[in-house]
Amino acid sequence: MPDYHWPPMDQRRAIGKRVARLDGLQKSTGQAKYNSDLNLPGLLFGVLLTSPHAHARIKSIDTSQAEKLPGVTSLRVIQGAGKELNWQGQEIASVAATTENIARDAVRKIKVEYEVLPHLVKESDLGKAGTRAKAAGEVTTGDPEKAFQEADAVSEGLYAIPVITHCCLESHGQAVEWKPDGVNYYPSTQNLSAIGAELGRSIGVPAAQIHSHMDHVGGGFGSKFPPDLWGAECAQLSKASGGRPVRLFLDRKQELLIAGNRPSLFAKIKAGAKKDGTLTVWQSESWASGGIGGGGLNADALPYVFRNVENRKINHTSVSLNTGSARAWRAPSNQQLSFVTCSALDDLAAKLGMDPLAFFLKNVNLSNRPDVYKYQLEKAADLANWSKLWQGRGASKGPIKRGLGIGVSMWGGLGHDSKCKTTINPDGSVAVELGSQDLGTGTRTCIAQVAAETLGLPIAAIKVTIGDSSLPASGASGGSTTIGGVSASTRKSSVNALQKLFEAVAPQLGGNADQLEAVDGRIQVKGTPSKGLSWREACRKLGVSKIEEMGENVSRTAIRDGLINQGTAGVQIADVSVDVETGKVKVNKLVAVQDCGLVINPKLAESQVYGACIMSICAALLEERITDQQTGRVLNPDMEFYKLAGLADIGDIVVHMDIRPDMDKRGVIGLGEPPAIAGIAAIANAVANASGVRVAGVPLTPYRVLDALGRRTA
Amino acid sequence: MKDPDKPRKGFSRRGFLRGVSITGGAMGTGLLESAASAETGGAVVGPAAVSITLNINGKLRKVGVEPRETLLDTLRDKLDLTAAKRVCDRGTCGACTVIVNGKAVYGCTVLAIDAQGKQIQTLEGISPAGNPHPLSKAFVNNDAQQCGYCTPGFVVAAKAFLDHNPKPTEEQVNHGLGGNICRCGTYIGVRKAVLEAAGMTAAGGTKNA
Repeated sequence: MPDYHWPPMDQRRAIGKRVARLDGLQKSTGQAKYNSDLNLPGLLFGVLLTSPHAHARIKSIDTSQAEKLPGVTSLRVIQGAGKELNWQGQEIASVAATTENIARDAVRKIKVEYEVLPHLVKESDLGKAGTRAKAAGEVTTGDPEKAFQEADAVSEGLYAIPVITHCCLESHGQAVEWKPDGVNYYPSTQNLSAIGAELGRSIGVPAAQIHSHMDHVGGGFGSKFPPDLWGAECAQLSKASGGRPVRLFLDRKQELLIAGNRPSLFAKIKAGAKKDGTLTVWQSESWASGGIGGGGLNADALPYVFRNVENRKINHTSVSLNTGSARAWRAPSNQQLSFVTCSALDDLAAKLGMDPLAFFLKNVNLSNRPDVYKYQLEKAADLANWSKLWQGRGASKGPIKRGLGIGVSMWGGLGHDSKCKTTINPDGSVAVELGSQDLGTGTRTCIAQVAAETLGLPIAAIKVTIGDSSLPASGASGGSTTIGGVSASTRKSSVNALQKLFEAVAPQLGGNADQLEAVDGRIQVKGTPSKGLSWREACRKLGVSKIEEMGENVSRTAIRDGLINQGTAGVQIADVSVDVETGKVKVNKLVAVQDCGLVINPKLAESQVYGACIMSICAALLEERITDQQTGRVLNPDMEFYKLAGLADIGDIVVHMDIRPDMDKRGVIGLGEPPAIAGIAAIANAVANASGVRVAGVPLTPYRVLDALGRRTA
Repeated sequence: MKDPDKPRKGFSRRGFLRGVSITGGAMGTGLLESAASAETGGAVVGPAAVSITLNINGKLRKVGVEPRETLLDTLRDKLDLTAAKRVCDRGTCGACTVIVNGKAVYGCTVLAIDAQGKQIQTLEGISPAGNPHPLSKAFVNNDAQQCGYCTPGFVVAAKAFLDHNPKPTEEQVNHGLGGNICRCGTYIGVRKAVLEAAGMTAAGGTKNA
């Protein structure tokens, strides 16, 4: 079997380099075509009619006026008379027309009579949830009662983190062209290889007759895996319109209502520790909602990271709401778990009168990676200037108070199943092909770096093709599994292809294929540059037949191959200022220390961390889906009142990738999600440290901060 | 600066929305009509499609539009100029930024018929594939993009910003480009890219702290 192992750190020529993303210029000149940009010949525009009510029954639906509208090519009723609608935004009908305006006019002409039914759209008060609340998990370990009696300090608090929405800038949707001989499908997805077959199942077309293609996707963050009902509707509208292509992308309101959200988490937590800071007991009663399906949680995952505390008593309740359904959100559950855990532990440290850094360090033994957390806590503290800046809770003077806070994270990130094909042509050109997708993480670029490293070629010599269902299948980009999957499959297919090239030229070089190496654009006898051929000369020996070799990463058995691994840790420290007169919080600096094993491209890896930190600032200070129990409506399904940070809101971000040789040796581990976890807790703890009070919930708006300070007058 | 400058006159969709939100149902149509007729010289057009000529990237383009159609939708759906993206569709996020008569505007807040007789620049004209604008290159150097959907709007807004303020401070960049929103969180790179393109800082991106 060929040796697939990564070259040693100090011998890498392409991996580990700060290469600019290969599709960067396409994007920054506007040439990059997203599927929402496609103007296919004969294009029709699809629009959905969605429910204005959180809970209603359709008494009648009359589409006659809409269907008569000139330009309308097809209209489909999704939920007819008698059907129950369970959230605002639920799909009722779809229309295709020659222009988008006509399609919208038609949707407005559909007359629906609703019987409005009782709804629940708020879960903050569990007491009002009634039968909508269901027990969803209980764990008891050790003897919590006794441990509380023996604890030197006990802290209690309520911690709340709300529903937020993915708000992908390219909304969910697709173009579909249903021809007699097959379906051309242009989705906006994180799951290119498998989504066509899923669409096929829902519209009754064999996967072999569905061709899916996507060059770029405008954000997903966990919300773009399935074809969704609107994918099937778009296909059916095309079919009903004689096979003309239909483009149907959700409008912004629909995107925020029905295209995904992160469940909330509310937790009443009581925790106890010894005088020296040792955490001895954890008790939590939590509840959450992610829409009609409720909000489950792995109760056994608490307390987050410090899970090995001896005494635990945990119960969780799931609340069903009449709101759009949750979807995976960049590190599902982990932001919420990190936020409630780190907030409660920070409060416990304050109760002990202990520096939270010392407290977290004291308890790293309760985690599964004590040495890594210890290193990362100390490194982050150093970068945040903790020893100089930290003061006790509320000790900061003046109306603008400064504070520091800590958050921690953990994640898996094992590479997914992935197949890759490397082709070496007789003219020396190289193609690497796999059915993956680049969410903006830099997947294309990293694939090229791996192939270039393996073949001893410059990165520009590698042509990478992804994003088409005709290519070898690669997994969905979820769970931070892409970089591990595609780097392992690319490494293997490229090693396999190179081996064939070695075999083809070995006779001429007077040696065995095993004694050859590919370095700096040459094939040569190991360590003997004089006995070699240029890459092009070597490839010419192939005559007329190109080399095509496959490589495969099988997730289940991948770790033993030594290329990839799982399990990351992260520590973030926030430095904030709180104006106690206005309640305004400003993040001065957010420090992120993160490991992810072997880093293929540090520049792109850092971008992932920067982005995750900025998302954390958004979630800590600004973002919240606000519902109104009176009307059942979401009050901010737009980008004016659903707040995201702008350039001026983010302060400084300091990223430290933990790439010590021991980390590198572990192999490649996913990075998309890990750095998006700890920042919210870090910022919330910094605000508590600065202001002297715990604001029970995020986002830390001036309203909430002033409320906690008892200073709100309006 | 939350909003890029917008045309002072004209019947923009944003103006219409604001009017409605301020005065609610009490507002008569008279003011809107006069504003509209001031712009169109009193001629009533539509509601059916009308043929207009737009000056886009220095070329005259004839196109049929409904009077209610935004410049953004005309560019994207009728002229296949898809660099400008439709994201919020309500003048908030800046993904649709184009330059009209030298000023950055949100393409979703301008009606196509109101853009007649004006110089419209889109990213395709500002930064053609064969000859990319220094800002496009600086966005690559500083990895100021991830999914890239907000990027064209940012590059166009940055161009208009630098045209008016060629040597900005970091603080001015933060506020000058405050009308554009990125979801992936590329602001650190954007900040550096704009300063690099302005010649205010060396190229090369970041270092591991």
